[in-house]
Amino acid sequence: MSAVLGIVTIVLVTAGAVLFLAGTLGLLRFPDTLSRLHAISKADNLGLGLIVLGLLPQAASVTGGLKLICVWLLAQLSAATASQLLGRAVYRGRREP
Amino acid sequence: MADVLTAAALFILAATAVALFRVLRSGVVAERMMAVQLLGTGGAAALLLLGSASGSAAASDVALLLALFAAFSCVAFVIGAAEPEAEPDPPEERP
Amino acid sequence: MTLLLDLALVAWLLALAVHVVVQRGERSAIIAFLAFGLLLGLAWVRLAAPDVALTEIAIGGGGTGILLLRAEAVLRGRGKEEEPMTRAGKLAVAVGCAAISAGLGLAVLSFASPAPTLAPAAAEALGATGLGNPVTAVLLAYRALDTLLEKIVVLLALIGVWSLAPDGVWDGAPEVKPAIVPGPLTYLARILPPFGIVIGVYMFWVGADAPGGTFQAGTVLAAMWLLVMMAGLKPPPDTSRPLLVLALTGGPALFLAIAFLGSIFAEGFLAYPEGLAKPLIVAIEAALTLSVAAALAMLVAGPARKAPAR
Repeated sequence: MSAVLGIVTIVLVTAGAVLFLAGTLGLLRFPDTLSRLHAISKADNLGLGLIVLGLLPQAASVTGGLKLICVWLLAQLSAATASQLLGRAVYRGRREP
Repeated sequence: MADVLTAAALFILAATAVALFRVLRSGVVAERMMAVQLLGTGGAAALLLLGSASGSAAASDVALLLALFAAFSCVAFVIGAAEPEAEPDPPEERP
Repeated sequence: MTLLLDLALVAWLLALAVHVVVQRGERSAIIAFLAFGLLLGLAWVRLAAPDVALTEIAIGGGGTGILLLRAEAVLRGRGKEEEPMTRAGKLAVAVGCAAISAGLGLAVLSFASPAPTLAPAAAEALGATGLGNPVTAVLLAYRALDTLLEKIVVLLALIGVWSLAPDGVWDGAPEVKPAIVPGPLTYLARILPPFGIVIGVYMFWVGADAPGGTFQAGTVLAAMWLLVMMAGLKPPPDTSRPLLVLALTGGPALFLAIAFLGSIFAEGFLAYPEGLAKPLIVAIEAALTLSVAAALAMLVAGPARKAPAR
């Protein structure tokens, strides 16, 4: 059983790490600020989500696992709000040179 | 298992580092502010992985604070950016 | 593998530090400095000092960022007509900074190895305090005097900031709300504080036995209060408001009272009676957390800008 859980962890964590790489590539390759913002906020949050999901089987206790999920939820909230705020600032800045 | 998790943390930190330097050297100020956001998610992921690898529960508390404050500096930045030298801001954005 | 990780972290920190120093614009330097603070939090975790990591991230994420960025926004455009620093002046600053860095580096490298430590003694006496976190034991039992004075210094700093208020608005409220509040900010100020308050209380409570404690909890609470004030959901209080003054002084006052009672009921000033150490420490921490939260929030909010409501 623990071997299966270990494989689940490794697969999910690897997928999460690949998504972080995808976020970075998007940041490097995308043409303008708004799409770059899109790249990191989407890819990184999905990456963090997969990593949290992968670490859940390794959590020492139920409360420890809940804390992991809280980290992800808070990161979602923070990233979404920060992207909105920054997107607004970029949009305004572009319209008033 | 611990080695795999540490390797994943290293990989994510490296990806975040590349992104961070790209963002910090950008000409657009708002884009530089993404650095804090990047470290919020990338740092939290690395901390969770390291905490799980070393069995230290406190690492997830640090990740929790990182996630909680990820949007905070952006708020200050946007408020500061909205206050140029005594120039009134346009009332609200128009489509 | 961990060695590789640590080396990468060190290289990254150094590169980021250089980046902060060579930035020309204040705002870019502040942003890079904030990123540096977050990364430093990671380094503290790797150094097995999660208490410091928590403080670093709470202060860096919740306090310094707002403080520096607001200061930059206020100062932007002022002082442009002053003549820039001469080449010799810049060189003098650079040489001074380099000398301090080199001195610090030498001092760190010349530490005895293994470093002299009181850790075994601190761990041995832990049982008498009833605490599980040695850092909290140092802060509130072994070296409680330092902590007491530290909290009073924070209050003195606040008095210093408040005394910058002009006569007309003395006793009035600070102003932190921007002219236009962006929609996402209002949303964040409604959603985040419940989470933040739970995390703050958790940090305070867990501090007795695990990394966390008064300062971290107070910073989290202060940041949440600032968020609510910045979004304009609740205006900052008048600086003379009795409830605010009570929150600010309550922690140090309780700490002092228990310290003096120690010289009657226990072995001396700042000593705790046998068996009562932990409840007393937790009570002091609770009051101090509120005081730290109020003081930090008011420090960042700045001096009064509006006439008091009478």
